[in-house]
Amino acid sequence: MQTTVKILKRPFTSTVIAILCGLLVAGIILSISGYDPFAAFSALIKGIFSRPKYIFKVIEKSTPIILTGISVAFAFKTGLFNIGAEGQYIMGSIAATVVGIKLNLPPVIQVPVVILSGILAGAIFGAIVGFLKAKFGIHEVITSIMFNWIAFYFCNFIVTSSEFHKPSSARTVSINESGFTMLLYKWKNTKEGINCLKQNKWLSDIVLKTDLNYGIIIAVIMAIVISFLLHRTTLGYTVRAVGLNSHAAEFAGIGVKRNIVAAMTISGAICGLAAALTITGTSPHAIYQLTMFENIGFNGLFVALIARTSPIGCIFSGLFYGGLSYGGNSLQLDLGIPSEIIGTTIGIILFFVALTGVVPMLADRLAKRGNKNAK
Amino acid sequence: MLSSILSLLNTTLMYSAPLIFGAMGGVISERAGVVNIGIEGMMTFGAFVGASIGYYTANPWLGFLAGGLAGALMALLHAIASISFKADQTISGMALNFIGPGLSLFLCRIFFSNQTMTDRVPNKLPKVFNVIDITVFIALAVTILLWFILYKTKWGLRIRSVGEHPAAADTLGINVYKIRYLSVISSGFLAGLGGASMTLAVVAQFTPTSISGQGFIALAAVIFGKWTPQGAYGACLLFAIAQALAVSLGGGKIAVPSEIINMLPYVLTIIILILFVGKSMAPKASGKPYDKGTR
Repeated sequence: MQTTVKILKRPFTSTVIAILCGLLVAGIILSISGYDPFAAFSALIKGIFSRPKYIFKVIEKSTPIILTGISVAFAFKTGLFNIGAEGQYIMGSIAATVVGIKLNLPPVIQVPVVILSGILAGAIFGAIVGFLKAKFGIHEVITSIMFNWIAFYFCNFIVTSSEFHKPSSARTVSINESGFTMLLYKWKNTKEGINCLKQNKWLSDIVLKTDLNYGIIIAVIMAIVISFLLHRTTLGYTVRAVGLNSHAAEFAGIGVKRNIVAAMTISGAICGLAAALTITGTSPHAIYQLTMFENIGFNGLFVALIARTSPIGCIFSGLFYGGLSYGGNSLQLDLGIPSEIIGTTIGIILFFVALTGVVPMLADRLAKRGNKNAK
Repeated sequence: MLSSILSLLNTTLMYSAPLIFGAMGGVISERAGVVNIGIEGMMTFGAFVGASIGYYTANPWLGFLAGGLAGALMALLHAIASISFKADQTISGMALNFIGPGLSLFLCRIFFSNQTMTDRVPNKLPKVFNVIDITVFIALAVTILLWFILYKTKWGLRIRSVGEHPAAADTLGINVYKIRYLSVISSGFLAGLGGASMTLAVVAQFTPTSISGQGFIALAAVIFGKWTPQGAYGACLLFAIAQALAVSLGGGKIAVPSEIINMLPYVLTIIILILFVGKSMAPKASGKPYDKGTR
């Protein structure tokens, strides 16, 4: 009994319950609509795992949302709702692209410069939101929403400007090759390299057909770093104190305003990093004209919430999200099921995550009843 | 000159109506102490259902009503989660923002031969004097009604007290859960009407971009308007004016790229917030689930 209660009280357990419930409801929706949910599920699994290429595609797609997830999770810890992750991501990608096109330094310098410029742009955009909140008390949700649109139109401004626009396309020119962060990039573009790769079915499937890059490694490192920052440093302690009870934190002499700005700056910086890694790591290494938001920042909200704002958890929930959305394509291709069912499923899972907050409470009640019966 | 001012005014009103419905939805829910970040999702679902029913029945009023009910249905989910299950209101609201567009497009593909947009509705909602959408007047009426209910009736007093101090309201015999349920469901109904007013009055069909951010702008308007119907109405109007200005200044009439002009509404909002609006004060219990046992 005690162990059951203990297991039920773990956040991980309620997340798993939420995911299972979400998949169940999605299955019910599918069967009402006249599709076979089991066929859909197996197509989904096949679309994620059946080829090494798919697995690595999922990792590639997950990398930015793991990072935006970490960013949102970090802001949550300070009690800030960073719905502006989208805008910070866009600004990061603009900065990385512009710098990557304009500069052409040796790779050892070019790569860090491009990535740092992305980080800086995201950080500035986040810091402004934090500053407006700290200085003028303007709710971060309003400013974030406004800044998302400002970034949106700024992106289109850059893409359409004659300076960066690639003729007869809807994107900018690509950044210089010295800024690429792909693995084995040289091998892909030389005959000997391709021949060598072709000898191994796995390697050629992965390297030649995906944009294999360092991003995921950096994302994992970031998760660990942010986790360390939150739980093992003074800054992390004060940030969490402000998030838990800003009045108590202020009373204890913690600068609430300073922490709000700091937290938003770091949160924005992580979004900028996500964007810069996408630009340097995946083709076509450029930004596109936006007709609607790409939702990489918004999906970070899902990732952070599923992970219950744990940075390490974001790695798994990010991969989960990436898997669902990438595997969802095969639902449409193989079975003709509208791929929008994936978005719906994601929403339903999130909804159950909200509901399963009740699980620990139920566990408590279960424990009480157990004690009573024992007496 | 006069005609351009009139057309500016007309565009303003056209843009404002869906926002106002959404914002009023936000006001009523937040005043009762439930944060509703899912307005966007509710509006999207309302927009889809409104356009579909409008198409199949050829009656735009029926579509409009159905849009509202669709929003209310989604809000019921939010209410169950955030009131009965005491769930995190941000999470459950965000969930609706995923479910709304997802379900709309999924159903759209099923009912409209695998397309992501509905066919055009045969009849749009009527226009007053043949120029101004009737939804503009309905939105104004809703605002006045909501103001009246909130500040001049005992129901309004109950809603506000539940949002400020639910425990105190409870000791006075007010059923906190009931008031919150009703408020959240009406919030969804209004958001749904807002979505449907987009697809039945502004344009005549549902597309994936019919609702792109209006729900979030409405949310911002609620905070901007300090959680009052009249304030939120003003914020929506201001935003719509900026939007209309961007439209009328765009198209190469002045030597500024249209992308920059399009930023105007958002930049303007931030500037006005900095200059004129002080610290925003949310209803005290907003976002906190009410648990009977706690003090």
